Amino acid sequence: MTDKVSENLLLKPSRPVGIVGYGAYVPRYRLPAKEISRIWTGGTGGVPIQEKSVPGPDEDTTTMSIEAARNALARAGIDPEEIRAVWVGSESHPYAVKPTSTIVAEALGVVPFTQAGDWEFACKAGTEAMVAAMGLVGSDMAKYALAIGMDTAQGRPGDALEYTASAGGAAFLLGPAEESVAVIESTLSYVTDTPDFWRREYQKYPEHGQRFTGEPAYFKHISSAAQSYLDATGTTAEDYQYAVFHQPNSKFPSRVAGQLGFSKEQIATGLLVSVIGNTYSGAAIIGLTAILDVAEPGDRILMVSFGSGAGSDAFGIRVTERLPERRDLAPKTQTYIARRTEIDYATYSRMRGKLVLK
Amino acid sequence: MEIPRHWRLKKQRYALVGEVCPHCDAKIFPPRDVCPECGDEAKTLFEFSGRGEVYSYTTLSNAPAGYQASAPYTVALVKLDEGPMVTAQLTDIGEQDVEIGMPVEMVTRKLRSEGDDDRGMLVYGYKFRPMELQQLAAAAD
Repeated sequence: MTDKVSENLLLKPSRPVGIVGYGAYVPRYRLPAKEISRIWTGGTGGVPIQEKSVPGPDEDTTTMSIEAARNALARAGIDPEEIRAVWVGSESHPYAVKPTSTIVAEALGVVPFTQAGDWEFACKAGTEAMVAAMGLVGSDMAKYALAIGMDTAQGRPGDALEYTASAGGAAFLLGPAEESVAVIESTLSYVTDTPDFWRREYQKYPEHGQRFTGEPAYFKHISSAAQSYLDATGTTAEDYQYAVFHQPNSKFPSRVAGQLGFSKEQIATGLLVSVIGNTYSGAAIIGLTAILDVAEPGDRILMVSFGSGAGSDAFGIRVTERLPERRDLAPKTQTYIARRTEIDYATYSRMRGKLVLK
Repeated sequence: MEIPRHWRLKKQRYALVGEVCPHCDAKIFPPRDVCPECGDEAKTLFEFSGRGEVYSYTTLSNAPAGYQASAPYTVALVKLDEGPMVTAQLTDIGEQDVEIGMPVEMVTRKLRSEGDDDRGMLVYGYKFRPMELQQLAAAAD
């Protein structure tokens, strides 16, 4: 690929765009992986993570998006009526028809003069919404746009995915770079038709395409997006203090980071999967919130999401001097992780509606 | 069917939007357009901070229709920092005991499904939870 073509692959707004406010949310309940193993495998064999977050019975993608977005607005300190888009990316929208985003916009006081829409692209719906929000702000059509990635993921009882399918996510208020805690310098997307994971209409649980999950899906798309982004921007792993990759388990992001030349230290801060599980649309971006909770002005962050089906979005982010004064204005991601109530499989079954009552 | 009522009440239910009296500055919840303190007209919208404390509480085992899936649950009278008292469910209590005077904060949660569990409209609104995140953050610093 010539440099000119490579440079054209970058999505770069004509007006510089950044994160004006960010917020995370993790529900308080935790189901240890060894408790799932106790039920289905007699406690034998390894488990992919330590424990996963479980939403309370009164929580769903809507309520969790509202809390994450309130945290983002608390850090941004702007009037919600100035927001022109509320976009929620998820694969667990509570309704098949009726937007999550209008309820969120109403609760935040953004209505009525706003775009509102629900995005879907398996686990990368949240970053898809972020790229769209960059476009809206970066073209000067709007001053602020809110992009959220949030999920209450379901795994079939006994399936490998049940160990990790969890709940949580993050919200980002994007706006002009000059007001931002972190500037999003550019982004790049890499997408193909890949049959690694899907859920048909009316089905409660997803299916996965056996051997498609690893190499042809996760690794191919993340490493292609990340490497193309590094090439197009003329940067290498050494230029970034932090990196965060989609985290369906502990092994995949650690391995892809190594392949791309990132060290364990660079990915440690954003790697949360072992203690909260795979938050699907929230997985890469909640890692970013944990990084923003501790990063220093001037630090650069590479974030690469992944969604089955399949595709990845890579983002280059640079922290500004406004971050330290704003991050204490809302609860930090590690605080949500520290708030923890362990539950057993029976409680989990009731809370997640796995019991047949009629 | 109560869908029109849920729709009318959404502002106060989702975000504790009440009113403030332009004459005596009393904060009013739920909104009623007339100040209960001075009797004058009060239609200025006011969004409450959502913070308050438990004034009293009780735990329900036999839940009314529409709330059975949540039982047992705790309902509290919450005295908001700005003055008014509201009745609401407590949520995310965890292992701690509910106590009179316990600081709580508002969260927007799913209250129930209107009508059929799987087909009805989802009703969202305020609940209160312990001010635990702030305590954890303070402990971490």
